[in-house]
Amino acid sequence: MRAQSTPRVLGAALVVAVMVVILSIRLNTFRDYQIAEIAIEVTAVAGLTVLTGLSGQISLGNGAFMAIGAYTTALITLHLGWPFIAVLVIAAAVTAVAGAVVGLAAARLHGPYLAGATLLVGVALPSVANAYPGTFGGDQGLNVVFTTPGFLGVNFPLTRWQAWVCSAVALVTLVLLANLSRSRVGRNWRAVRDNEVAAALAGVNVARTRILAFVVSATCAGMAGALLAIVTELVAPGAFTITLSIALLTAAVIGGLGTLPGALWGSLVIILVPTYATDVATSHGLSSSVASNIPVAAYGVVLILVMLIFPQGIQGGVRWALGLFGIPSAPARPAASVPDVTPRAGAAPASQHTVPARKGSPPESQEKEGTP
Amino acid sequence: MKHGSVLEVSEVSVRFGGLTALNAVSLTVAPRQVVGVIGPNGAGKTTLLNVLCGFLRPDEGQVLIDGRHYRNLRPHRLAGLGIARTLQGVGLFERLSVIENVMIGASCRATAGFWPALLGLPQSSRDERRLRQEASQALDRVGAAGVADAWPGELPYGMRKRIALARALAAKPNLLLLDEPASGLAEAELDELGGLIRELAAETSLVIVEHHMDLMMSVCDSLVVLDFGKVISRGSPQEIQADPAVTAAYLGASGSDDD
Ligand SMILES: Nc1ncnc2c1ncn2[C@@H]1O[C@H](COP(=O)(O)OP(=O)(O)OP(=O)(O)O)[C@@H](O)[C@H]1O
Ligand SMILES: [Mg+2]
Repeated sequence: MRAQSTPRVLGAALVVAVMVVILSIRLNTFRDYQIAEIAIEVTAVAGLTVLTGLSGQISLGNGAFMAIGAYTTALITLHLGWPFIAVLVIAAAVTAVAGAVVGLAAARLHGPYLAGATLLVGVALPSVANAYPGTFGGDQGLNVVFTTPGFLGVNFPLTRWQAWVCSAVALVTLVLLANLSRSRVGRNWRAVRDNEVAAALAGVNVARTRILAFVVSATCAGMAGALLAIVTELVAPGAFTITLSIALLTAAVIGGLGTLPGALWGSLVIILVPTYATDVATSHGLSSSVASNIPVAAYGVVLILVMLIFPQGIQGGVRWALGLFGIPSAPARPAASVPDVTPRAGAAPASQHTVPARKGSPPESQEKEGTP
Repeated sequence: MKHGSVLEVSEVSVRFGGLTALNAVSLTVAPRQVVGVIGPNGAGKTTLLNVLCGFLRPDEGQVLIDGRHYRNLRPHRLAGLGIARTLQGVGLFERLSVIENVMIGASCRATAGFWPALLGLPQSSRDERRLRQEASQALDRVGAAGVADAWPGELPYGMRKRIALARALAAKPNLLLLDEPASGLAEAELDELGGLIRELAAETSLVIVEHHMDLMMSVCDSLVVLDFGKVISRGSPQEIQADPAVTAAYLGASGSDDD
């Protein structure tokens, strides 16, 4: 990710904030709900795009981190009744710890092994809710009470307030992630992604760098989960299936992996295309069995089109379009690609000249840290 | 020579299964000394560097850095100990710009941590500016200042090797390990490299692994010759050139491989 100066990032965030406020006031309740949904998606996708695009680690488990954030929110709200801002901080902290644990386990995994391990987290963790129905409410889940603050008056629509809260969290997250990615932290992530051996020799603690990316990504997902809890006012396992994790990754890729504006574009597609397609289908009087499949089909078509036309995602297309008008958004750069999920033959990433085998490495230890 | 040596390798052996890649190899590097390691392909030169860097733990023997033995030497700690290394080949970060590549090398001296970076505090940007400046100096030094904003993939091989060297220099090491710095370079670039190495030797120690004899003879203070993991000769460039064992090893290696 190319450096965007702080004033530019803050300026962009401010413009979006003003747009959200205006839109949320002018549009109806359903659109307010969509704004909140998009903001939640952006928060989670931004964290994932940093993990996968910058640090080069794939995760199919970020939906599970959202679940952790959501359940933490529900439990604290239910039992302690704390204000949301405090709950959000706690939810972020809890998922950060969960991210560290998963990151620690994942630090030595690459490619398909990492995808598989995070997939396992994504599938297994939400089902914990069913295992302890006394605490987590089982399939029914937990209700979350969320109200507008008193100073806004009794007539202030709850959905508008939810849209504002979600958008504020999403924007702050984006600004902080932009800070990180143009700092040494982001550079270290990209270095580790490109060449672990060279990064280690340059003094980068590879394992710590990779774990940190997981922590950051999980924290974002946890905050997104907390937001989801206060918007849907219900936290149940059904909301955190593996489909959610895959949708997050899809949004990151459609938008442009490793780019924060891309997280916004991808989220817009993921949230708006299915509802728009449903609207069109129902307004044309299609039978319900056909209409119910239209969103999925539309979603698939958009995905295929974007990847065909802009292999670097929508943000890649935006850069290209800006370039046509002579506006340099960022220099043309080697594409960020989805980390390879095919098994690697040897282990050494250093260069073509490396000796792949590692001394005395047992076959099950999937260490990429080969000898240079 | 125990005191004052930057690096002391004593009786190090490394075995890969049945293959003995290093057999009781010893090596001492004094401050501002240039030590060359030569030997036919597969002699164990890169393996020796890997032991020095903590990528491989020797089966026997030990490595002393500045007179100290590090029980659990991890590669990423080296930069902090004042040791930098270039890789055989190039090993650049392909999706980082040239200047960013070199900044990674300088970042062992960064001071701002995660929180200032997250919050975008001035402390973090000041740190970045300093790293960028140090990286430009390193690029200047290897004659690559003009390509700071290019991507490594756009550059010719010789230039890429310079950038890899700049990345190592940006760590301001007091021991520099170079694995085949001359391979793939054009004749004119070799002279420049030789000049640069002699210049660097005024401030750091160097261990150079290289096949290019003319270069090694002109820049090294002393040489160690490895063959099948064993030191078969050591001494000044003149002594090495006169040693019949060295000639035999090279002839054996390039002739038949049944010895
Ligand atoms: N990780 C490893 N696992 C098994 N064998 C190895 C490993 N690394 C090196 N070897 C073997 O050890 C021997 C020494 O290899 P090394 O790479 O150190 O040679 P070298 O002197 O650097 O050769 P070159 O001049 O070709 O770079 C070779 O026979 C090599 O095949
Ligand atoms: Mg070698």
